Amino acid sequence: MASYIFRRLIYTLLILLLVSVIAFMILHLIPGDPVIAMLGPEATQEQINNLRQELWLEKPLPVQYFHWLSNALQGDFGLSILYREEVMPLVFQRLIVTLHLGLLAFILSTILAIPAGVISALRRGGYLDSLITLFANLGVSVPVFWLGILMIYLFGLKLGLLPIFGYASPFEDFWLSIRKSIMPVSCLAVVPIASVARQTRSSMLEVIGQDYIRTAWAKGLGERVVVLEHALRNALIPIVTLQGMLVRIIVGGAALTETVFNIPGMGSLIVQGVFQRDYVLVQGCIIVIALAVALANLLVDISYGWLDPRIRYD
Amino acid sequence: MHKQRALRNDLVNSDPHISEFRRILLALYARKAVLVAISLILVFLLIAVLAPLLTPYDPYQQELSQVLLHSSWKHPLGTDLLGRDVLSRIIYGTRVSFWVGIVSVGIATIIGMTLGLIAGYYGRIINMVIMRVIDALMSIPTIVLALAIASALGGGIRNVMISLGISLVPTYCRLMCSQVLSVKETDYVMAGRILGGTDLHIMLRHVLPNCFPPLIVLVTLNLGLAILNEAALSFLGVGISPPGAAWGSMVNDGYRYLNTHPVLSFAPGLCIMLLVLSFNLAGDGLRDALDPRLRGMVE
Repeated sequence: MASYIFRRLIYTLLILLLVSVIAFMILHLIPGDPVIAMLGPEATQEQINNLRQELWLEKPLPVQYFHWLSNALQGDFGLSILYREEVMPLVFQRLIVTLHLGLLAFILSTILAIPAGVISALRRGGYLDSLITLFANLGVSVPVFWLGILMIYLFGLKLGLLPIFGYASPFEDFWLSIRKSIMPVSCLAVVPIASVARQTRSSMLEVIGQDYIRTAWAKGLGERVVVLEHALRNALIPIVTLQGMLVRIIVGGAALTETVFNIPGMGSLIVQGVFQRDYVLVQGCIIVIALAVALANLLVDISYGWLDPRIRYD
Repeated sequence: MHKQRALRNDLVNSDPHISEFRRILLALYARKAVLVAISLILVFLLIAVLAPLLTPYDPYQQELSQVLLHSSWKHPLGTDLLGRDVLSRIIYGTRVSFWVGIVSVGIATIIGMTLGLIAGYYGRIINMVIMRVIDALMSIPTIVLALAIASALGGGIRNVMISLGISLVPTYCRLMCSQVLSVKETDYVMAGRILGGTDLHIMLRHVLPNCFPPLIVLVTLNLGLAILNEAALSFLGVGISPPGAAWGSMVNDGYRYLNTHPVLSFAPGLCIMLLVLSFNLAGDGLRDALDPRLRGMVE
């Protein structure tokens, strides 16, 4: 077990290293001079020279990369061009907002989608199954930003039930925070709910066709035991794998949701960074996201053995 | 009704005289939703191809005396803030969606398949390197990766296609690699090698054709995904340059007039959803039809 986790850690570090290369290279995809692209045409020669020095752009590419990497490993991703602030504190400040909304969306998707998928599989062909499948199909097809706009129109503008944009921390004003997070969280949760429900349905269908489930029924076990302990437990592996991927899906969704609802989270920070051509900021964000995704995958890998004792860690 | 259908499926599946192609058609026919989805895709495709004949107005023609009109017989969906006919712009937007979808999925297929083929065929260190790069790409959200690449390259529709293409590469590469790994050990590949086939010959003639069925499914599903992501990118503001009409950017343009002219945002968004939904349903249907393990199991 320990050696398995150790190997997964090494593997995770390797992936993070490669992500850092990708993040680093984005700056060099810019045709022409990246410094001029980032600072805009009004920049003075002095500003240009300063930034060029800050990024070590005169040095050869590998030297630049290792300089950037060694700073990054110490938590120093440089100064944001847009905010003239250290990137990391800025990113973490925004990360808390995204984490708050994203975690709610994740919890929502787990408690709604898994039961929905199970019911759908058990009642295959029935009305409830058709209804759940329809909503799941719509959920993976709907443009999230458009759904947000529909919600704003209906619940915000027409019915006047919910505030239409912004974010409030639950520690400052709990009720306002809840009211403000209902729409963004539902928006963020739509794709996770739909995809988890679909995955649960199809992996449950695969499992309930197996002989051991028939045996369990034939033995006279109750529905609860058969469904939850025999079927769902064996259907969980692909579902948990998908849940690991939800981190990536939710952060991607946050870029859109936070833009629509004007929420100061990490998603909107990346979008802003990209449009203001603040690639130093974008690089920092990408590394932080990749770190979160890698952690989620690590957790998923470790949970496999707990879910299915047949999987051995060697 | 269900029993009858199941029985027919069993008969179709077990009858050796029915060709594979007919089997697939029958399986697709058995699911009405898939038929509807494929028809809808064809309708959208027709609209895209025939756009100049269908549009009542020039989608780029600004008519500043006719700004933000509500829907009427003259302008069924009204006009936007520059007095352009919304219906005409939506019709032209269909072209952008299809074009970006097809080109970016094409890019992803070619790059992903080639990498996957090489990784699976040569194995060991090459496999290791390629798959780790793919893992790294997969730990960045698609939309963020595409956004960063497209904007670094300087925006515009061409760069959106490239960036979406790159962001879709991982799934193709993984699929291809796993297929190659299972095909590589078969007797006919061995026979091909004994007969003196070169690596390239074996890869292209023996390994590749075996990967087509799951590939077709993936391409169909990814067309929907690419269209959805293109819409998201153009909603955020990367993509087609201003006079052009893309559904995503139309949703964004209309957002400002949501209170008074909701149709400006609603209509193009609905089109995105319908087209993406159609590709998803068609992809699911194809998967059930092509994958014998799922055949008859998913109604």
